[in-house]
Amino acid sequence: MTRQQVLDLYFLDARCKLIEVAAFLDRLDRAEGEADFRLPAFRDALRVLSSDRPDRALQALMAFSDPTTEPVPKAPGKGAVGAWQETQP
Amino acid sequence: MRYIEPHAHMVSRTTDDYRAMVAAGCEAVCEPAFWAGFDRGSAAAFHDYFRQLTEYEPRRAAQFGLKHFCWLCLNPKEAEDVKLAEEVLALIPQFLDRPTVLGIGEIGLNKNSRNELRVLEMHVDLAARHDQLILVHTPHLEDKRKGTRLTLDVLKADSRIRPERVIIDHVEEHTVRMVLDRGHWAGMTLYPVSKCTPARAIDILDVYGSERLWLNSACDWGESVPLVVVHTALEMRRRGWSQEAIERVIYDNPREFLSQSPKFCLREERKDTTEVRRLKCGPGPGF
Repeated sequence: MTRQQVLDLYFLDARCKLIEVAAFLDRLDRAEGEADFRLPAFRDALRVLSSDRPDRALQALMAFSDPTTEPVPKAPGKGAVGAWQETQP
Repeated sequence: MRYIEPHAHMVSRTTDDYRAMVAAGCEAVCEPAFWAGFDRGSAAAFHDYFRQLTEYEPRRAAQFGLKHFCWLCLNPKEAEDVKLAEEVLALIPQFLDRPTVLGIGEIGLNKNSRNELRVLEMHVDLAARHDQLILVHTPHLEDKRKGTRLTLDVLKADSRIRPERVIIDHVEEHTVRMVLDRGHWAGMTLYPVSKCTPARAIDILDVYGSERLWLNSACDWGESVPLVVVHTALEMRRRGWSQEAIERVIYDNPREFLSQSPKFCLREERKDTTEVRRLKCGPGPGF
């Protein structure tokens, strides 16, 4: 595909998602109370987007991923929340 | 267009979904054993579930001429209880000879715990002893990359496991390369929020090529779309993929992997014609 074709197919969709992210951050700012570990991970991923790397999707996923290598002693539950927390609750 | 749905939890779907899939061109659906959304209370509950997968669902699919196959295991979400896992694994061999059972799956890790790892090793051993194909689930979201690496290490440590007889499912941009580099097949799951979107899955195909990759909906009781494989095929067409290239991903690739099981046949065998059986069924474990 040419860049023009990619823009024709995906620009409006990407624009929509970008504005959703902007509105999400505004919503967080307006809300009260403390944010948790997910917000710094999200901001790390955002920084990847403005880089010139050719693997931004991979790097954004890495910003949310558990970097450790050893199995945990016991499963803390069943679900995942989308971002790794260094000290599990 | 014809396609194979290689990963769908049809026990959680309606009969209308079967009809829609067949109308869209689905020729076979494969159902890995899965978590019910709550922990089953005993091994007996798994026995009933395995009967549902091997007896009831093939009949329900057959109403629309659809072939239904399955994989058996205790899902990683219930693997923290090793004693229960031992009891369930002891049940599985009695089902392995059933005509629609393709192998052991979806096994793997969920939260990357020691017990989950132990139960994964038990499943891999079971598959090796019975010469079964393996379908691996990889963890969700933040746990995926670590869990994929741990899983690959377990598979590599067992010399009986042939990499080409294992599919590692739910890969994304940060795990697909390590899976393919180890010689395994890789599955991309198309979900509305987590895992891959159709556009990203096609990006991965653009970057890594179509060899040893398949697409699936993994539709279950959660947010998921039973027809998303054909939706993705339409997206591929919009992006200029030829019909032949699309069919390789959504039909030829899953058929190639699944045909390593001699039980995988796309249509009813014609008992009077050996040639037809040879052409439409898997050549067997020695393939």
